[in-house]
Amino acid sequence: MLPLLRKFLAGWWAKALVFSLALLPFLRIAWRVHRGNLTANPVEFLQHQTGDWTLRFLIFTLSITPFRKLLDLPELIRFRRMLGLFAFFYVSLHFLTYLGPDQSFNFAGMWKDVVKRPFITVGFAAFLLLIPLALTSTAGWIRRLGGKRWQALHRSIYVCACLGVIHYYWLVKSDIRKPVFYGALVAILLVWRAVNRLIKRKAPAVAHTTPLRAS
Amino acid sequence: MLIKKPTGLTFSETTPKSVYVNRRNFLRGLGIAGAATVVGQRFASILSLSTSVQAGTKLATVKSAYTVDEKISSYNDVTHYNNFYEFGSEKSDPAKNAQNFKTIPWTVSVEGDVKTPRKFSLEEIMHLAPLEERIYRHRCVERWSIVVPWIGYSLSTILKLVEPLPTAKYVAFQSFYDLRVMPESRFTGLDYPYVEGLRLDEAMHPLALLCVGMYGETLPNQDGAPVRMVIPWKYGYKSIKSIVKIKLQGGEPPTSWNRQSSHEYGFYSNVNPNVDHPRWSQATERRLGEIFMHKTLMFNGYADQVASLYAGMDLKKFH
Repeated sequence: MLPLLRKFLAGWWAKALVFSLALLPFLRIAWRVHRGNLTANPVEFLQHQTGDWTLRFLIFTLSITPFRKLLDLPELIRFRRMLGLFAFFYVSLHFLTYLGPDQSFNFAGMWKDVVKRPFITVGFAAFLLLIPLALTSTAGWIRRLGGKRWQALHRSIYVCACLGVIHYYWLVKSDIRKPVFYGALVAILLVWRAVNRLIKRKAPAVAHTTPLRAS
Repeated sequence: MLIKKPTGLTFSETTPKSVYVNRRNFLRGLGIAGAATVVGQRFASILSLSTSVQAGTKLATVKSAYTVDEKISSYNDVTHYNNFYEFGSEKSDPAKNAQNFKTIPWTVSVEGDVKTPRKFSLEEIMHLAPLEERIYRHRCVERWSIVVPWIGYSLSTILKLVEPLPTAKYVAFQSFYDLRVMPESRFTGLDYPYVEGLRLDEAMHPLALLCVGMYGETLPNQDGAPVRMVIPWKYGYKSIKSIVKIKLQGGEPPTSWNRQSSHEYGFYSNVNPNVDHPRWSQATERRLGEIFMHKTLMFNGYADQVASLYAGMDLKKFH
C-alpha cells in the first residue's frame, strides 16, 4: 500500500490532481460570478472568499514539511511550491478586489489607506512579502541564490502567515472564531518547527560524544 | 438633502411583490422567456417561488413627508443580508435561523420616568397612529448601505402617550432575548439582551421611527420583527430590533456595541464621514447591489433635520 502511494505521489498524476483541487475554489467563485450569485454584497463576498483561501493555502503550504516528516513521505515536497503559488494567486485576487472596488484603482488613495489603517497595513505587508517568494520560486532562482540564502528568504512565509491572521483578526467586529481557528493552526505549524529545531540542535551534540569510527 | 414631498405612490403600489422579491430570477426569467416559448411556465414558477419566500401581512399605509427619492434596495438583499447577531454573525444567518422565532403574542413595556407606564400589545402599537411609509437611507458602520421603504410612525407618538417626567433625559431600549431560540448568539461576542439608547430629544425627533413593517408588509423575522427602531442618521446598530422594553431614565443607558468596544462604537454613533472607525474609513460606503463606493453624507444626508440636536458638541469626542 505505502509503496503504491509513494509511487503515485512521485508521479505526474498527483501533481495534476493537486493542481486541479487547488483551482477548484477559483472555479467555484468564477461560476458564481457568471451566475450573478454573489450575495447582496458581491464585493465583500469576493474579498472574503479570496482572503479565506489565501490563508488556507498558506496553511497548506506550511503543513507540507511537518506532514512530510511525520508521515515519512519525502515526496510531499513536490507540492509545496505549487501550494505556495496558489496562496499567491488567491492573495493577488484578494488585493485586486480591494484595489478595484474599494479604491477605484486609485493608488494614492490606496496608499493613504495602507498607512492609516493597521489591519490594511498588515494585510498589505503580507502581500508585499509574498511577491519575492513567488518570483524566486523557480529552480533557477534557488540555484542563483544558493540553497541556504533561498531558504532564509522563504522563511518569511512564517511572517506572512502571522500577518494574515492578524489582518483577519483585526477585521472582524466581535465573532473571532474563524481568525482564532486559523491562528491556532498557524501556531501549531510554527511551534512544531521551533520544537523540531531545538531537538535537532541537541542531536549533533550527542553525536559528537560518540566515537565516529569503531576502532 | 433630499427629503421630498410624497410623489403620490407608495412603494407597495409601484412594484408588485413578485417582481422585487426575486429580481434576479425575474430578470433571468425574462431572458429565457424571450429565447424560448415557455413564458407561462416560467412565470408560474417565479410566482410560486416568491410566495414561499416570506408570508408577510399587507399593511395599509399613508404617505409621509419623511422620504428620500432614491432607488430602493432589492427586497431579497434587505432580507438576506442582515446583522441580527442574536441569530448568528454571518450576514446570511438571520434569514436561516430566525424562521422559528415566534413574535405572536408580543408586548412592549414602556416604563421608567413616565407618568403612565404601560404595556402595549403589538395590536395596540399597530393602531396608535396611522402607519406611514417612509423611504430612508440606512447606513451600516461596516460601510454598506441600503434604501428601505419602512412602515411605522414617529417614536414620539408613543412617548408622548406615556408622558415623560422632567427627570427623563434618556431612552433605553431592550431587545427580546431567549437563548433557546437564539443558540447562535453564544458565539457572536456580544452580551445579551441587546440594548440601545438615545437622548430624549433624539428619541422625540420625528425622523426616529418606531417601525412595524417594510416593503408594504409586516417585518420579516430577520429584519427585527415585530417592532424595531429605525434611526436613519445613525449607524445601523442603533436601530435596535425586536423591542420588548422602552425605558425612560435620567442617566445615559449602556449600549451593546459600546460595551463590546467603547473606543470603536460611541453612544451617539451618528453617521459621520469625517470621523473614522479606528479600523476603517467612514468617508465612503457601498450600496448593496453596487460595486464601487460612494461618498457618505454627514448624518447620512439628514443634516438639515438633525444637526441642531448636536450644536456645539465635539462630534469626534462624542462619536
